[in-house]
Amino acid sequence: MIRIVLPTHLRTLARVDGEVQLDVEGPATQRSILDALETRYPMLRGTIRDHVTQQRRAFVRFFACEQDLSHASPDAPLPDAVVVGAEPFLIVGAMAGG
Amino acid sequence: MACVQRLRAKTGAHYKKEEGMSTVRVLVGTRKGAFVLTADAKRARWEVSGPYFGGWEIYHLKGSSANPNRLYASQSSGWFGQQIQRSNDGGQTWEAVGNQFVYDGVPGTHQWYDGTPHPWEFKRVWHLEPSLTDPDTVYAGVEDAALFHSTDGGQTWQELPELRGAQGHLWQPGAGGMCLHTIVLDSSNPERIFIAISAAGTFRTDDAGMTWRPMNRGLRSEGIPNPHAEVGHCVHRIAMHPLRPNVLFMQKHWDVMRSDNAGASWHEVSGNLPTDFGFPIEVHAHEPDTIYVVPITSDSEHYPPEGKLRVYRSRTGGNEWEALTRGLPQRDCYVNVLRDAMAVDALDPCGLYFGTTGGQVYGSADAGDSWAPIVRDLPPVLSVEVQTLP
Repeated sequence: MIRIVLPTHLRTLARVDGEVQLDVEGPATQRSILDALETRYPMLRGTIRDHVTQQRRAFVRFFACEQDLSHASPDAPLPDAVVVGAEPFLIVGAMAGG
Repeated sequence: MACVQRLRAKTGAHYKKEEGMSTVRVLVGTRKGAFVLTADAKRARWEVSGPYFGGWEIYHLKGSSANPNRLYASQSSGWFGQQIQRSNDGGQTWEAVGNQFVYDGVPGTHQWYDGTPHPWEFKRVWHLEPSLTDPDTVYAGVEDAALFHSTDGGQTWQELPELRGAQGHLWQPGAGGMCLHTIVLDSSNPERIFIAISAAGTFRTDDAGMTWRPMNRGLRSEGIPNPHAEVGHCVHRIAMHPLRPNVLFMQKHWDVMRSDNAGASWHEVSGNLPTDFGFPIEVHAHEPDTIYVVPITSDSEHYPPEGKLRVYRSRTGGNEWEALTRGLPQRDCYVNVLRDAMAVDALDPCGLYFGTTGGQVYGSADAGDSWAPIVRDLPPVLSVEVQTLP
């Protein structure tokens, strides 16, 4: 079971409170958990990664286990602590402003 | 007496109603959410609801004239991109619908600010224009400039790509981006659509989007190498009265213009305006020769001249203008009124509404003779539309 924390605006858009919990078949990677997330919440398509290229949107970051995974391969295995649900996968809106 | 319908255009939006049981619903898009303002036909006491989609930019929201409870909203964010929201109950509840805008085929390039070719990239939806007859059909004007439409209530979107064939490789963004910001449907001819792009100009199709022609003859723009070029003009807004579809009015970057032949040629009607720079232009709901603009000091000073917020009205289709000031701030006012932020209702007398970058929405229940703020402290207002409801 994968735990995903969405930023406030995407929680509102998906109409969820708190964490999202997903079961992912096969290896847990950024791609597989985002595929599962978008299947359950279709309104999130295009908000985290581009519809066509599947590239992460520029001002969205991925954190887990106190690491910035934003630039990791979307097919790289996620940390074991995320895979077993001990730690959440954080989808974060990049800090901006003054 | 219940509202009396005297005259009805095919749009259903510009028929003349006496004050009675009617209500008006003003749809306001802002930098930080949407708001819905409602009042009875006296338009004196207002109820404000919102924010909807708090924290998101709402470039535009508009209702269907075929089903006034069907609303569409363009919701966007620099972080999370574009959403399209749809309501079936007049804005009380909303659902996210399709947000995938993919240019048809290989999109090619347009001109960049430095004159180099730049690939077309979708950024956001600036304007949503519901069909006049079908609530499930809606057009979307987007940045980078293109026209999309949906025939399934916004679930899926397809480009009308022939528009970009009208010299799209020569189009260049204005300071606000290369946006398709105006879509005018002709209620007398369902095949005819006018659109306007900054900074490319006005275009028209007479075959429902299969072919498009630039409609910019008569425009003169000093800011481009050839002031009379076929494309490249920074058109800010065009407006039409549905009962006189061959007459168009335009607020250009500079100059207020008029066409009497469906855009085939234009002539200037700036007349005695204190400045002919501005963004919105609107036509009175029942008087096709009465038009409204909000003069702005210049392209480098986006605020009213002398710090006085004045709507100007012409009852002669241009050239002769009068300042409308009663109820509007006449000192120390330095807000702007953006291109989509003015609208007219269908009541008699005609009501006008506009929103400012300072977060005020002003309303007039007497065709502009007097004004009062409906709300004063919203986020910067991007768009204002109004629905007149039975």
